[in-house]
Amino acid sequence: MPLDWAYVAVFALVGAGMAALPLGIVWLLAPRSAYPQKRIPYESGIVPFGEAWSQFHVRYYLFGLAFLLFDIEVIYIYPWAVVLRELGWFAFVEMLIFLGVLGVGLAYAWKKGALEWV
Amino acid sequence: MNAEALAFYALAAMVLVGGVLVVQSRNLVHAAVSLVPTLLGVAGLYVLLHAEFVTAIQILIYVGAITVLILFVILLTEGATGLRVRQRNEQVPLALLVCGGLAVLLLGVLGRVPWGPPAGPMPPYNPGAVGRSLLMPYVLAFEVASLVILASLVGAIVIARREK
Amino acid sequence: MGLGGFLGAVWQVELVRMVVLAAVVFSFLAVGGPLFLVLAERKISAWIQARVGPKHVGPHGLLQTVADTLKLLYKENIVPHRADVVLFSVAPVLVAVAALLDFVVIPFAPGWVVRDLNVGILYFAAVSSLTVIGILTGGWASNNKYSLLGGLRSAAQMVSYELPLGFSLLVVATLTGTLSTVRIVEAQPYPAHFYPPVIVAALVFLTAATAEANRIPFDLPEAEAELVAGYFSEYTPMRFALFQLGEYGSLLASSALFTTLFLGGWKGPFALPGLGPVGNGLVWFLGKTYAVVFLLMWVRWTYPRFRIDQLLNISWKLLLPVSMVNLLVAGLLVVAVR
Repeated sequence: MPLDWAYVAVFALVGAGMAALPLGIVWLLAPRSAYPQKRIPYESGIVPFGEAWSQFHVRYYLFGLAFLLFDIEVIYIYPWAVVLRELGWFAFVEMLIFLGVLGVGLAYAWKKGALEWV
Repeated sequence: MNAEALAFYALAAMVLVGGVLVVQSRNLVHAAVSLVPTLLGVAGLYVLLHAEFVTAIQILIYVGAITVLILFVILLTEGATGLRVRQRNEQVPLALLVCGGLAVLLLGVLGRVPWGPPAGPMPPYNPGAVGRSLLMPYVLAFEVASLVILASLVGAIVIARREK
Repeated sequence: MGLGGFLGAVWQVELVRMVVLAAVVFSFLAVGGPLFLVLAERKISAWIQARVGPKHVGPHGLLQTVADTLKLLYKENIVPHRADVVLFSVAPVLVAVAALLDFVVIPFAPGWVVRDLNVGILYFAAVSSLTVIGILTGGWASNNKYSLLGGLRSAAQMVSYELPLGFSLLVVATLTGTLSTVRIVEAQPYPAHFYPPVIVAALVFLTAATAEANRIPFDLPEAEAELVAGYFSEYTPMRFALFQLGEYGSLLASSALFTTLFLGGWKGPFALPGLGPVGNGLVWFLGKTYAVVFLLMWVRWTYPRFRIDQLLNISWKLLLPVSMVNLLVAGLLVVAVR
């Protein structure tokens, strides 16, 4: 079974290598005539003003956080899905409670406007 | 030296190098991205422990969600304006002393633990086995987990909204 | 070195096998993915829009993408002023590798799966989530406000749609009692294959997969008229090509997974003459997968795009509650029927 994951690791390494290969070829073959004007960040042709990294809103954070928490919930459901068939009603009710609690959380977030973009 | 040992050393190196980069980088975004090899290395170590369910979870949650969240936070705050974080200050000698002492303590304790392979065959650790144990002996912990997640969600929303 | 352990006694053989398999799958991905799909997209969009599309390079324009790719090798590699060079290069590679890793658990034909992981579909979900980091760092590393904004929006969108996608996978896992893709294919058609939970799960999957691939109607982060090309505005030749590899690759992977979970994988209603079981399986599998891709392309060229708030609302306020209820219904079905 670690062998399975060894395949994954090798795939990742070979993939990275094969993906980097064209980058290497470009580095060898492509013309180089960099001058400052070419390297200005693209803003539809005007000269960019202001720093690139201005502050953004908290809504990105809230979505990311909500995603994280629900992702953790989904983790718990994977083992349940696999054994539901053999454990029957007891397991079903357990999941009903589990999802119910989290449904309350989703409803709370919804009502409190945490899921709004504007 | 067999494949398992080689894999262990490679993964451990990945974790340690990544960890050092996280702590040492002056650029916060680099530090956050260095978490990725660290956490992937830990996932690999779980594979060596024959815990593949935890491996998949580690990648899904830690690399796929937590690192993303950290990156969001860094990009939302001043850290992304190219601010360089100073990594050295005047307390280096004192820190070295404390770390050295801690290292000695840890090595002493770890040296006394009777490490060795477990007696019998390893218990199965696949999703089915995890499910069975979550839903029967540990059912209370399972339900409490949902409450903990709910509490985190509510808490975060309350805090975030107060700043609007 | 006496390497042994989990690689087996003759470790060199296993290692070579791994590398060769990885190279083969990557090539399939590169060729059957963007190389073919970019052309397919252009031809299909042309057909839908009553025009012809590329037809000069090669017979019927089939070599168009090959020509484009070769051209990209010669283009100047521009790194924007004050961009983060390391991350700028790493991000596209990460996105491409994430797409490749998706294919480790996809069964192409009976016996033709790279590794049948015990945690198959969970692994797929985990690896797909790696793309988000590539996009975030790619957008930031360009030192361009609009790239960063595109990257953030794309990340927020992908992350929001990962949840309904996960729930669809869970419905299938509940009905079959396994996370292994091979066993899921073998279990089809499910006894409840045409019951509501599976239909709903399939529809949610397709919607979420379209959003994950940043395709219209969910392509606001790349909106051509608004953010130039979003997070990859600043990426010249090959880095751009690698992002495309990742995008089309994950589209292909999602279609392949859809085929595996809902359409019966490599199983076909009748056996084609002259091919063994493997050839048969391969033809059915690829046929179905590309049919799904065609469907998604058809959708792309038919609908306008959603606004960001509509897009997020659909995921959190519609797909997620529906998926949660759907999962409970599926569970009920399983328990009631045992």
